[in-house]
Amino acid sequence: MTSPGIALQGAVHLNETILLPNLRLALAAGRWTVLLGPSGVGKTTLARLVAGLPTGAQLEGTMRADDGAPLDGRVAVMAQDDQLLPWSSALANVCIGSRLRGTRPDWTRARALLDAVGLLPLAERKPGRLSTGQRQRVALARTLYEDRPVVVLDEPFSALDPVTRYAMQDLAANLLTGRTVILITHDPQEAMRLAYAAFLIGGPDGASAVETPSSPAPRPADSPEIFAAQAVLLRRLTGATAPDTGIAA
Amino acid sequence: MSSGSAMLRAGRACLATATALLGWHLVVLLTGAPSFILPGPLDVAQALGKNAALLVTQTGFSAVNLLQGLALGVVLGVATALNLALSPAARLFLRPVLIFAQAVPVFALAPVITLWLGYGAPSKIVMVALVTYFPIASAFFDGLMRLPPGLSDLAQTSGAGPLRQLIHLQVPNALPALASGLRLSAIYAPLAVVIGEWVGSSRGLGHLMLMANGRGQTDLMFASLMVLALLSLSLWALVEAVARRYLTR
Repeated sequence: MTSPGIALQGAVHLNETILLPNLRLALAAGRWTVLLGPSGVGKTTLARLVAGLPTGAQLEGTMRADDGAPLDGRVAVMAQDDQLLPWSSALANVCIGSRLRGTRPDWTRARALLDAVGLLPLAERKPGRLSTGQRQRVALARTLYEDRPVVVLDEPFSALDPVTRYAMQDLAANLLTGRTVILITHDPQEAMRLAYAAFLIGGPDGASAVETPSSPAPRPADSPEIFAAQAVLLRRLTGATAPDTGIAA
Repeated sequence: MSSGSAMLRAGRACLATATALLGWHLVVLLTGAPSFILPGPLDVAQALGKNAALLVTQTGFSAVNLLQGLALGVVLGVATALNLALSPAARLFLRPVLIFAQAVPVFALAPVITLWLGYGAPSKIVMVALVTYFPIASAFFDGLMRLPPGLSDLAQTSGAGPLRQLIHLQVPNALPALASGLRLSAIYAPLAVVIGEWVGSSRGLGHLMLMANGRGQTDLMFASLMVLALLSLSLWALVEAVARRYLTR
């Protein structure tokens, strides 16, 4: 699969007010772009615009994939709310997309994906009998089943405990390799472990770039590089001025 | 639930019934009310035994009309809710009509329905259908429209059309609401059939009650009332069993 890069340019309006002015975002093809920023600043709105979901906001400007084709039908979404059907088994949830499109579910592939997220033994369980972490893994398998070149992850790991979150970050980073991923998060560590590029949303420029480590993701959380990048990012998120640490910010 | 607690519950129910019967017996004894005003439990039991064949036949008529009416009400109510959920035009035009129709007390229509449909079964079936139709249509429709936003996002990103979204997401999501509507209907349905029979009928439990009352056979009147209560309870148990088996997640 070749995943397109996405260029977004313009202003996002919500009713009469301008939510994000002067936006200029380049989402690198086949890479993870992380969007950070305070709650309510418009990160989710931005991600929903990319996914073609209703937001109540309008983009005055352009959004295009660099391969020239429209984005419709090429974006999968995974949100903080796992969006699983409580009445269906984990396996049936993975291939719900097929049933919603009226095509025959590919059970073999669905099983393989459940296996990839380590949940094949629980394939017949309904979401009510799975833990929050397990439900997010089913949601990840469902997102992969859709096999879309662009994937929007809207705080998918924020409800998980730190250990489960760490494991999910590794799993998602490995399984979504090669896709153009937009990850929304509030967690500086998560951002610096996974980002190829990162943007701080909000402010007069709409979005400003954040320096990211250059080693391949998922990066170990305990490397000095991540610690430093995380500290710089946290300072920017909290609005504090950075002392000179000798690390480029 | 363990059998021990089930036995305990049955024991409590028996005790409560016995207490109520004893209280009733004492009231009759202490007030010295004549049996044509307030028959005691023993008189009613005697009437039940003496008129068993009559009661069974008349209850049979009422029960058949009741079930036919309920079936008609359920089918029409479910069809209306599905139609409203699928078609915005239907919502625009049909809903005000429905709300207005619901404001008319259906029991007050009994004489008109009897005038139009005669003294036979059809007027009773229509009464029950009318009374059960509204709770089912409105509860099921509310359930259909209350799809969690995450699931409608899922439908949209998966490329589901409105019909498939209805079948795979909205209907399963609305089944518990349908169960609530059914439970409400089960309470109204026996009332509707008896009122239908009061207004004009030559058979059924309601007819029997009127006859007994007119002839001063108050014990038979009370016996019919007991049977009616039993019929209502059985219907409630039936609906509860159906709801638990098929309409919960």
